[in-house]
Amino acid sequence: MGQEVSEEQGPSARADTSTAGGSKLTSLIAQARASANAIPRYDPAYHSSSSASDSDDSSDLDRTMDNLNLQDENSASSPAAEPRKQKKKKVLLMGKSGSGKSSMRSIIFSNYVARDTRRLGATIDVDLSHVKFLGNLTLNLWDCGGQDAFMENYLSQQRQHVFSNVGVLIYVFDIESRDFDRDLLTYRSIITALSQFSPTSSIYILVHKMDLIVPQQREELYTNHVQLIRSKSESFDPVAFATSIWDQSLYKAWAEIIHDLVPNLAEIEQHLSSLGILLQAEEVLLFERSSFLVVSSWASEVGAMNPTTDRFERLSNIIKNFKQSTSRFTGTPKSAEQFSLFELKMVVFSVFIVKFTTNTYLLVVLPPGEERFNCALENARLAVKEFESLDSPARRGVERGAGEA
Amino acid sequence: MDGTYNGPARQGPVRFVSPVTLNLERIYTQNRINIQKRHGRVPEPAPGPAAKGKPRLLLMGQRRSGKSSISSVVFNKMPPNETLFLESTARVQKEAMRSFMDFQVWDFPGQLDFFDPNFDQDAVFGEIGALIWVIDAQDEYLDAINRLNMTILNIQPAYSNINIEVFIHKVDGLSEDYKLDIQRDIMQRIQDELSDHGFENAPINFHLTSIYNHSIFEAFSKVIQKLIPHLPTLEALLNDLCRSCRFEKAYLFDIVSKIYVATDSSPVDMPSYEICSDYIDVIVDVSEIFGWAPRPEDYVKALEGPPWNKKLEDQTGCGAAESCIVLTDQKRPIMLREVNTYLVLVAIMKEGSYEKMPLVTMNVETVVKGLLEVLEITKQRNGIEDGR
Repeated sequence: MGQEVSEEQGPSARADTSTAGGSKLTSLIAQARASANAIPRYDPAYHSSSSASDSDDSSDLDRTMDNLNLQDENSASSPAAEPRKQKKKKVLLMGKSGSGKSSMRSIIFSNYVARDTRRLGATIDVDLSHVKFLGNLTLNLWDCGGQDAFMENYLSQQRQHVFSNVGVLIYVFDIESRDFDRDLLTYRSIITALSQFSPTSSIYILVHKMDLIVPQQREELYTNHVQLIRSKSESFDPVAFATSIWDQSLYKAWAEIIHDLVPNLAEIEQHLSSLGILLQAEEVLLFERSSFLVVSSWASEVGAMNPTTDRFERLSNIIKNFKQSTSRFTGTPKSAEQFSLFELKMVVFSVFIVKFTTNTYLLVVLPPGEERFNCALENARLAVKEFESLDSPARRGVERGAGEA
Repeated sequence: MDGTYNGPARQGPVRFVSPVTLNLERIYTQNRINIQKRHGRVPEPAPGPAAKGKPRLLLMGQRRSGKSSISSVVFNKMPPNETLFLESTARVQKEAMRSFMDFQVWDFPGQLDFFDPNFDQDAVFGEIGALIWVIDAQDEYLDAINRLNMTILNIQPAYSNINIEVFIHKVDGLSEDYKLDIQRDIMQRIQDELSDHGFENAPINFHLTSIYNHSIFEAFSKVIQKLIPHLPTLEALLNDLCRSCRFEKAYLFDIVSKIYVATDSSPVDMPSYEICSDYIDVIVDVSEIFGWAPRPEDYVKALEGPPWNKKLEDQTGCGAAESCIVLTDQKRPIMLREVNTYLVLVAIMKEGSYEKMPLVTMNVETVVKGLLEVLEITKQRNGIEDGR
């Protein structure tokens, strides 16, 4: 349950975070921004008396600062040894204003449909959200408003604040941008800042709004763009994706990004493959509960022969769209859990998607056959226990530390 | 939303003749009389009442009222926002729908003058199933109404049995009250004008439609249902099923067009229709992803080997797609069962009844058999016709 994204509350939450951002700013570079654009801030001395969410944020900050020097160590290597907050890697979402950062974030994490994103306004300053993604991975997602004034601010006054402790930078390019050279310039300075404060972070480039380009030209334009971007990336080796909110390409990109962030992925994958073999399945996929991104997958020899190579993102897309329909039908909020079991038996295959652990759904593709199907469904339910420990719902520090030791 | 059907009540079960049979019968007589008038002799009566029966839907209306958009969205699965780029139709577009029942959709250009003497009225209105007149609700509709009235008055004497369906179109974005106002206004104007010309109680039905939601499918469903022979039988079967399995609502869908062919007698509500039609989409998409064939031979052999030692076909429960989804909210399952290539049965079940699924499956199996039999009867007749 603790999975709700903090920006679910919409605009009001946004005001909150800008306050928090402001407060961090003051503590970082005291008094530097005397006449800032109407961002309220408060004195660090009042931390203790501020509201719950604020104090949480500020303590977060303190810890971030304490840990500044060990920020980029791979937390997966020795999860139990490190303090809990250490797992909160920062995910920066940056790009020119209007390039679609908030839109894609809303679609992936807040159950928006592509149409709904028209309602989003410009992001002011940094929009912070903590996305609980599988119990022990919290994404600390920083959606950075892309207007020039903000960009300058990130690069100068808030430089350390923004670019330290970054796990992943997701940089969004608008393919339709009229001034690509300038975008590159900004990108360049961001990269410089990043290499200064978080040299080990990984970078993802999303060349966005591909739907606006004539299909024949997409490939060429995209390769050109990526080539140019790569040449400006210094020592980083960015991974690039062509995306659009109107099709499944967005899910593909984000699934890859998330995939790299899950700390105990190797373990999950191992469990998943033994489960797949036990169930005699053709393919097993593990979905995250609310974003429906594929966390991990396993395919048997036969399952891997499936000619539909973009099936993961297509499934994410299909299920998310259907969740919209069910939420309209039942009148429950879109973020709520919508279904607990889906089964489909056809002549050539059968498949089920079952509510698995607290934060995941499990999809299993099987060869046809009633008995096989029922056995597998029962076994999948029994297997939940084994996975529960891998994806623990946000339990408090001590307990988890004990569990993992 | 159920106020969209304002026409006269469907013929009651006094005579067990489906409306379409009746209609085709009448049309046939009418044609014979027309020919008789012209040539002074009576043609041979055709065997069986519906011998000429490939029902035809005519889409008519002013230009830019959305006729082609409707036919693209409903019959060609075009996403609604892409209809913006449709060119205006220059000549009559004829489309044959091969489905559980073959019918044709004729999309007329808005500027066409039907009463040009060169225009073969018989060819157009002769075998008509329904005349769908599209009115743009967001535009000045007085012209459209005048033309509709003119059309009705012109074809009335010769073809008195045409079903006339008026789609008050593009009502998305209009407020609920305003929609109803417009509908009332249009109905009033048409009925007044027609009764002024001594044509009382014209068989006209009105539907509020939009391509951006499911209302257009709903309206088409109602139009098409009037053309279905044995509709009462299909409905009775679904009613039985709903009663025995305690379903809240059951629909028999045409897979491609998402038009529902029949439903049980409980009132149709938009949300249940929407969820069922979206569910079909999910099934179609998922089966497309994993339904690749053929699987490697040795793999199939291994599957048919021990411990099952059975052909794969025998291992499955039935030879068609079966699916079920349990919604978390109130634990309501929705079930789906493929009937044949064109039709699928979707039902919303009572809360918590997933435990009784095996029983439900059995009942559904029986009903599907029944449905297939009914459809078989219709098909056979079509087969004979094609042979002729």
